[in-house]
Amino acid sequence: MDKEQDIILNEITGNEYKYGFVTDIETESIPKGLSEDVVRLISEKKGEPAFMLEYRLKAYRKWLTLTMPTWAHLKIPEINYQDIIFYSVPKQGAKYQSMDEVDPILKETFNKLGIPLEEQLHLAGVAVDAVMDSVSVKTTFKETLAELGIIFCSMNEAIKEHPNLLQKYLGSVVPYGDNFFAALNAAVFSDGSFVYIPKGVRCPMELSTYFRINAANTGQFERTLIIADEESYVSYLEGCTAPMRDENQLHAAVVEIVVMENAEVKYSTVQNWYPGDKNGKGGIFNFVTKRGICKGDNAKLSWTQVETGSAITWKYPSCILKGNNSAAEFYSVAVTNNYQQADTGTKMIHLGKNTKSRIVSKGISAGKSNNSYRGLVKISKKAENARNYSQCDSLLLGDQCGSHTFPYIDVQNTKAVVEHEATTSKIGEDQIFYCNQRGISTEDAVGLIVNGYVKEVLNKLPMEFAVEAQKLLQISLEGSVG
Amino acid sequence: MNNELIARYKENENFLKDESSDLMNSVREKAFQQFQKLGLPDKNGEDYRYIELEKLFQGNFSSAFKPQKLSVDFSSLFQCNVPDLDSYIVLLVNGWYYYQNIKLDLPDGVLIGSLREMAKKHPDIFEKYYSKAASYYEDGLVALNTAYAQDGLFIYVPQNVVIEKPVQVINILVHDGDFMLQQRNLICCEENSNAKIVICDHTLTPFKFLNNSVTEVFVENNANLSIFNIQDQNNSSVHINAVHAKTKQNGVFTSNTASLHGGTIRNNFIATMEGANAEVNISGIYLMDRKQHIDNFTFVDHAVPDCVSNQLFKGILDDEATGAFNGRILVRKDAQRTNAFQRNNNVLMSDNARMASKPQLEIYADDVKCSHGATSGHINEDALFYLRSRGISEKEARLMIMLAFANEVIAKIDFAPLRERIEELVDKRLRGELSRCTNCVVNCG
Amino acid sequence: MLQIKNLHASINSKEILKGLSLEINEGEVHAIMGPNGSGKSTLAAVLAGREIFEVTQGEVIYYGKNLFEMKPEDRARAGIFLGFQYPIEIPGVSMVNFMRAAVNEQRKYKGLTPLSSSDFLKLMREKKELVEIDSKLTNRSVNEGFSGGEKKKNEIFQMAMLEPKLAILDETDSGLDIDALRIVANGVNKLKRKDNASIVITHYQRLLDYIVPDFVHVLYKGRIVKSAGKELAFELEEKGYDWIKKEIGEE
Repeated sequence: MDKEQDIILNEITGNEYKYGFVTDIETESIPKGLSEDVVRLISEKKGEPAFMLEYRLKAYRKWLTLTMPTWAHLKIPEINYQDIIFYSVPKQGAKYQSMDEVDPILKETFNKLGIPLEEQLHLAGVAVDAVMDSVSVKTTFKETLAELGIIFCSMNEAIKEHPNLLQKYLGSVVPYGDNFFAALNAAVFSDGSFVYIPKGVRCPMELSTYFRINAANTGQFERTLIIADEESYVSYLEGCTAPMRDENQLHAAVVEIVVMENAEVKYSTVQNWYPGDKNGKGGIFNFVTKRGICKGDNAKLSWTQVETGSAITWKYPSCILKGNNSAAEFYSVAVTNNYQQADTGTKMIHLGKNTKSRIVSKGISAGKSNNSYRGLVKISKKAENARNYSQCDSLLLGDQCGSHTFPYIDVQNTKAVVEHEATTSKIGEDQIFYCNQRGISTEDAVGLIVNGYVKEVLNKLPMEFAVEAQKLLQISLEGSVG
Repeated sequence: MNNELIARYKENENFLKDESSDLMNSVREKAFQQFQKLGLPDKNGEDYRYIELEKLFQGNFSSAFKPQKLSVDFSSLFQCNVPDLDSYIVLLVNGWYYYQNIKLDLPDGVLIGSLREMAKKHPDIFEKYYSKAASYYEDGLVALNTAYAQDGLFIYVPQNVVIEKPVQVINILVHDGDFMLQQRNLICCEENSNAKIVICDHTLTPFKFLNNSVTEVFVENNANLSIFNIQDQNNSSVHINAVHAKTKQNGVFTSNTASLHGGTIRNNFIATMEGANAEVNISGIYLMDRKQHIDNFTFVDHAVPDCVSNQLFKGILDDEATGAFNGRILVRKDAQRTNAFQRNNNVLMSDNARMASKPQLEIYADDVKCSHGATSGHINEDALFYLRSRGISEKEARLMIMLAFANEVIAKIDFAPLRERIEELVDKRLRGELSRCTNCVVNCG
Repeated sequence: MLQIKNLHASINSKEILKGLSLEINEGEVHAIMGPNGSGKSTLAAVLAGREIFEVTQGEVIYYGKNLFEMKPEDRARAGIFLGFQYPIEIPGVSMVNFMRAAVNEQRKYKGLTPLSSSDFLKLMREKKELVEIDSKLTNRSVNEGFSGGEKKKNEIFQMAMLEPKLAILDETDSGLDIDALRIVANGVNKLKRKDNASIVITHYQRLLDYIVPDFVHVLYKGRIVKSAGKELAFELEEKGYDWIKKEIGEE
């Protein structure tokens, strides 16, 4: 049995990252490095109004005073910020009125990524905003959405066309000084998606953004802002890939979500940045700040994430439960293999009365990877009858990896109930034997058991995504029997 | 603060070294060097996040760098604790072993006495154990203790010896002003030995006592040691109680702590399993009110395969009391077939009380069963109503539920007189009656 | 002994009882039947003093006293017993301690001295036999790990221990097999005296084969819409509740 496991374990390390191609399109980049001039240049290139430049400069100055956080269970090599290109645009990537105008190579890229930009789009009913090297290249379904008053566009467009909304909400959930990476993002973010759902509107389709890092030596700093006005609803999906390169590339994104009274937002991520090769060379450093606020009463926010990529992941999609009776969920599957490192989890900050949160985290570690859950549940003094339930399970495949759980629970209200449970285990040999005895191969048995293990989370994803996520898991873990 | 502690050491270096064994003094010097580098742990590190050491160490403390002569009525102290416990009684006053009126009829080879004296009489034992469990390289508080340590409790149980009766250690702190001490205890259980120790911590005068104590524990192959600790000190006292234990093959180490009163209590339970089939059980109950602060920290290190560890900490916080539980299980790479469990349950009785709980798992082996859980909540209203609907008053019903909550920890104490006594103390404590023990002549305040 | 007049009660601002009136005298057995959601369990909980329900109107007089001025425990001591539909598990609290506290509180209320341990244990033994409850249940924590049937038997056992004046049995028959049902009903019948009364809340007529009521009331939408003798129960079993709806002119 052990031998078989070893063989299978070795097999998986040979598994190739299938999104690792490089697209050969011309890009316009600015020189490497970061300075106040670079920040000004980015803002100028994008033709931004003065308030944005002001905002960026404040963020940049704040960033200079901050240091990289060290508390995570991660070994992060030193990052030379002067060696990164902070702005890179596909040359033809100005504006597209129709699909025909899109560069065929770019279209080919998105096809390879499996993004159904054209006919499939209509079938799937997904509105897509694709961001490549930080710039939004195509937003589909814009008109259909506009009829309902929904704004779904690139951040660049939003800055120009909806400056009032931007000024009101940009940085309102993740202030520019929030942390090192958030400050960096605020200073240099190049594009991203903007969503506004007006009062009483149920967005009739899934909104979706695909992120792609293509150019070498670039960092991607996209920024997403979602505002769901009273009684509205939206489900938003995010996917990401990057080419295989030997050097590490930095991705420091910020996502802000504002949920008003009686509104609901679902945010799903399938993160599949290039994780580096089997020796731990290359891969994306994924340092992301995601936070939502349930601003009004009865607001609801749900985070679902499937994390399979990136060399290093530092990410804690969080929720501030401010409105009374508001609710938040965090469902996560994080898979690490080879030399990947992930320190991910959530923060639930309960401020309002009768607020509820639920955390379900499933970590799977294989190879020589380290996978940590880190979460904070904070019940403030006024959060009467607040409730949290957290469940954090870890599955270890192989004896070279590490799995860690760091929950922080801080309770200041007597009428609150907080429960945290965590288990760590491996796949039982008796379970595998049972499957074997019924004629199922060890490899399939592991797939079966892993799928059962993460089912609770995958069920939360929209259908098309769930299938994709399941495939991704299989690719990431094929054969890594514990 | 660090500078003051350093200066204080230099001023008193001669007193500290006087009559201490050469070994203790050479370790002392190294630890002092290290303390100068480390200083007191600050809040920026994860381990001491919920305690303000800098603030706690501020004050105008006196110290006793020589044994103190005090007339204490021994029989009254005896009553104050566990009346029906047939035990060997050992008394320590202000961290100094108080041997004047104690005659112990011990099994052959068992040594109980002053750390300082025993270090001189049995250098072989100290060579083997002293400062071998509590490392002063990493923890500034251990370094501080090791630099200042002069005396404390020493217990040595030789191979194959079973001490039937428990050893009851009474730690008395008494002074007419604020007082700082660095008590150092060493407990060694050789192969196949068996011992039970009951430790009672008391303050006799209402001043600020700052006790930065370190207890090193060694449980050798097949040995079995249990330590039961009742912490009952005044509301301005600060007790840093660091227990560093190493358990070898088939050894069993059990620690059960009832924290009833104290201004600030910080318990560090650092347990390493160094031999297969070792077992470590650490549990605690804490009942805090007013502005009391309880800070339980555990680090259970599964360094080898096939060991078992259990942690259970339960607490009730009222008024403006604050609490923290920071528990960590580490399963090292080759520690296969580990079973490690950890649970922390809290009940908050007041909106001004606050509890931070941080149970952690850090696992590098794959064939393990580990779980942890933490809850923080309030009294179950359905249960309360059920009891009241049977005619039990609300107050009494609350008490019953609280006692039932606490009882899970107390029930782990495996000998009856002590268990009953702690049950009684907890009951009284929950009724708000316990400010002093029954029959006690001293005023704990 | 008990007069309920125009009782209105709500939970979370939703009115459940909408003007319920009922009088109960010593020696009587009243059955309250009604479809799901009609307010049967709410009535039981309000009488026992569950604070999550808010009484907005009406009064309840128990032996001349305003019931709403009494705390839940005082109602219990004065002889009101609620047999819970879902008895609560209380881990760590032993049945013996629990019952001893309850019995002695009641004695204190009546001005009697507490029972000695041996008298108390003797009483427990007697009552256990009466309701055919297994000793191993009374040695455990309150309701912890009990099966549904065991929990219900335990309710009857507690009723036997406390000898209430007014027993309110909230769906005591739900989830019981026929043997358990017989034991529960037997217990109730044996405890029946001239000077006590019971309110039996049930969804089915089945229980009333064993506990014969003097009166049957139909509770619907928070009000008693029909009262009659025991024959009403049979009629309901046969025709269902739709018949009642028709009769009160709803359909």
